[in-house]
Amino acid sequence: MSVRTEERPLLPVFRFGRVSVLWRLRNVVVVGLLLAVAVLACAVHLSLGGTSIDLLAVLRTMFGDAPDFKTELAVTEFRMPRTTAAVVSGAALAMAGALTQTIARNPLASPDVLGVTAGASLGAVGVLVLAGGGAGGLSGAAALLGMPAAAFIGGLVAGIAVFLLAYRASVDGYRIVLVGLGVSWLATSLVTWMLTLGDVTNAAQALTWMTGSLNAEEWALVGPLAVAAIALTVAAGLLSRPLSLTAFGDATAVGLGASITRIRVVALLAATLLASLATVIAGPLGFVALAAPQIARLLVRSPTPPFAASALVGALIVVLADLLTARLFPIPLPAGIGTAIIGVPYLVWLLVRMQRRTA
Amino acid sequence: MTARLQARGLTLSYDGRVVVEGLDFDVADGEVTAIIGPNGCGKSTLLKGLGRVMAPTAGTVTLDGAPLSRIPTRRIASRLSLLPQSPEAPAGLTVAELVARGRHPHQRWFEQFGRGDEGIVREAMIATGVADLADMPVEELSGGQRQRTWLSMTLAQQTDIVLLDEPTTYLDLAHQVEVLELIRDLHLLHGRTVLMVLHDISLAARYSTRMVAMNSGRVVASGAPEEVVTEGLLADVFELRAAILREPALGRPHVMPLGLSAHGPDD
Amino acid sequence: MPSTTVVTPPRRRCGRLAVLGWATAALVVAVVASVCIGGMATTPLDVLSALFTPTGSEKDLAITGLRIPRTALGIVVGACLGLAGTLVQGHTRNPIADPGLLGIFQGAALAIVLVAAVGNPSGPVQAVFAFGGALAASALVFAIAASVRGGATPITLVLAGVAVSALCGALVATVVLLNMDALDALRFWQVGSLATRNGAIAYMWPFAVIGALLAIANAPALNALALGTQSAASLGVSLRRARILGIATITLLAGTAVMLAGPIAFAGLIVPHIARAVVGGDYRWQMPASALIGSTVLLLADTLGRVIARPGELSVAVVLAVAGAPFFIALARRRRTVAL
Repeated sequence: MSVRTEERPLLPVFRFGRVSVLWRLRNVVVVGLLLAVAVLACAVHLSLGGTSIDLLAVLRTMFGDAPDFKTELAVTEFRMPRTTAAVVSGAALAMAGALTQTIARNPLASPDVLGVTAGASLGAVGVLVLAGGGAGGLSGAAALLGMPAAAFIGGLVAGIAVFLLAYRASVDGYRIVLVGLGVSWLATSLVTWMLTLGDVTNAAQALTWMTGSLNAEEWALVGPLAVAAIALTVAAGLLSRPLSLTAFGDATAVGLGASITRIRVVALLAATLLASLATVIAGPLGFVALAAPQIARLLVRSPTPPFAASALVGALIVVLADLLTARLFPIPLPAGIGTAIIGVPYLVWLLVRMQRRTA
Repeated sequence: MTARLQARGLTLSYDGRVVVEGLDFDVADGEVTAIIGPNGCGKSTLLKGLGRVMAPTAGTVTLDGAPLSRIPTRRIASRLSLLPQSPEAPAGLTVAELVARGRHPHQRWFEQFGRGDEGIVREAMIATGVADLADMPVEELSGGQRQRTWLSMTLAQQTDIVLLDEPTTYLDLAHQVEVLELIRDLHLLHGRTVLMVLHDISLAARYSTRMVAMNSGRVVASGAPEEVVTEGLLADVFELRAAILREPALGRPHVMPLGLSAHGPDD
Repeated sequence: MPSTTVVTPPRRRCGRLAVLGWATAALVVAVVASVCIGGMATTPLDVLSALFTPTGSEKDLAITGLRIPRTALGIVVGACLGLAGTLVQGHTRNPIADPGLLGIFQGAALAIVLVAAVGNPSGPVQAVFAFGGALAASALVFAIAASVRGGATPITLVLAGVAVSALCGALVATVVLLNMDALDALRFWQVGSLATRNGAIAYMWPFAVIGALLAIANAPALNALALGTQSAASLGVSLRRARILGIATITLLAGTAVMLAGPIAFAGLIVPHIARAVVGGDYRWQMPASALIGSTVLLLADTLGRVIARPGELSVAVVLAVAGAPFFIALARRRRTVAL
């Protein structure tokens, strides 16, 4: 019989009645800091544009206390959609990446590897090049709705195809990645080939979309997509703990009672949906899904990519990228260029400062 | 002899290569059963089949009368635990975090670590002597410490039936004995059923209440240690010439190898 | 990662030798097909006469001027990509790595678009710049990975490669979106084709041979590394030297391939998998197998491309994808995949 005196808690845990939730100090601190920085970045993003709005005024508006009607209108009606699109697409892609990397147990895995991004590109570029025809390309409405829809369907079809092809009485992370790679290879090659059809302006349009861009965002499009993406992101976050068990190797995970097949299927579905949604909102932004979870993992020093931190890192990268390429560059460029320009040096810096770790 | 965990006509194979065929096996309740046998005889495979880590090619495994394939895996995990050979864990996990994972079958998504869980985990860590290492990352431990941490996790799972695949790998003799005495206590004090694969025949004989010898996927002998560990068995199954001594305290057989048997060529 | 065996028991050695024999036979068939199939019907006899008793006829010119150089290109590029892929997967211990991981293709692309934006380069000039870009990117990846505490481990190589590739990719996108000439140059170069006639093979083939020899020399080290860094060290393998040799060889091989035929990315990814499936995990066998299979696959794809889309042709990369992807997926579905 042990006497309970001043015993240090074994693991940091928050308890309330029957509810108990484990947390890690470093994770909480990092998430808090990232959240603060993200809010600030959004504020700066909102304040820049055709005309500059005072940063303080923007912050006040964000928290519901707008100084005047004109500011409120400018911020919430004209600029918010774009910022929301940036945040949501970044978070969704990062989550999709975290999910994929945990299932595949491979830091190189991302929805790109699952074929989702390639499928989405194939859908969008296909519509653009095949239906565009001639120098004009697609006209306004058709382009606005047709391409995103084709992208979403393309991404979904690719993701489901990968899953069906990889399923053999069980869901093996390694096999999924290889099959996904095959599908992605097929789609990418077709896209590359399609870019040579038609003329240069078609190719330029296609490439712009493929690089990932946040232009032409309005609440009608962004609103419902953002809600769906946020709901999915939160739901995926709930998968975090059971999913982390699959990182233990199948024998141990099964021994502890984890239904690894079911978990993997759900996670894959979530990753596919998240990536497809993000692609509809902002095109296939490169690098975010791959790098954000790794950056978050290096920051938090956790065994597997941390979900909340990944989502915030993703959102931050996209917001900053758009800030850079759309507002600060002399010539506006698609956000996808900015994601790499911002993310890469940071990833490299983190790498160089990394502690000695073996793979 | 009652057996909650049973196999009937069990056939297990890897990619068409049959390792165990048509085996009937009962895991005796309330006993510590040690499986011995030469490399490749199928003992680890059998354990995986019994622990539902491997799906049978033919035959069934039943727990309390119901086939394993029909019971939800979480429910199985609350009654049956399995520690595989060379278990893996992602880098960055601390000892306490790893052991705490053992409570998974008893938890829900909002009940991640209750007070009861904490107490059980603490006791498991004290029992294997890793309580002082609670905050250390698992990959920085020595082989022996790491093995004891994994054992701790299995203990924390608190199941009636415990399957252990070579739990004494990497441990020095003192720690091997420590682990085996811990297992024996599990049995004596808590009435748990243990089925373990061991390499060291003498230690197996000393610390188990029942032994099973396997060769080429078949059970060639089973019963009390004194009955199973005989010079004849060692010659047939292990191609070993040995003298069997009687250990003073309990009279358990102790193997003293004398050389290789003249039986047939080595492969 | 599970370990691979280093010692080859005699029975298996014969099996592997037989496999290599079959692969060589397949390559010969592919070569014959590549030379004989095309716009004009040709038989092997025509080929021999064109080589040894040229008469300056149209057929002879087609054979010696077009088909044989193209076939030679296919052999060299295929072998280079296969070897580079095997090396990169071995060094990063990652089955989904391809030579492009080290930034080689993106670096080459960046060089191509920069030079196209500034001037109107000829084919040979483009090729040289592509090689230079590939070299620079790869050097950068290695520099970053090596500067991390712990050196160029698989995971740092992978992450550094991802970083540099993404950066180059972004810069490429920037340039082509601002400059139409650059975009035009990129979109046709990007497809990758054996039809490029920049004459580079004349002076690059020694590099390819050197690269192949270095790859074979790197094989024992890769075998040792597959057992884990500690085991490797105890076997006397200098980790640092093995990595430097490996990265340099990958760059040489993939850079040469890019220079000769543009970025045929996925060849370097799937050929190692096929090689592993037929000869197993020993790198001393994987290397020759990868080279043979790479050449064969590329030639077959190229020939198919010429046949399917008569009178035009479908680029080898597209054919490779459409025919190769289903095959690769079927391979991936096999239950037993050999570990790295």
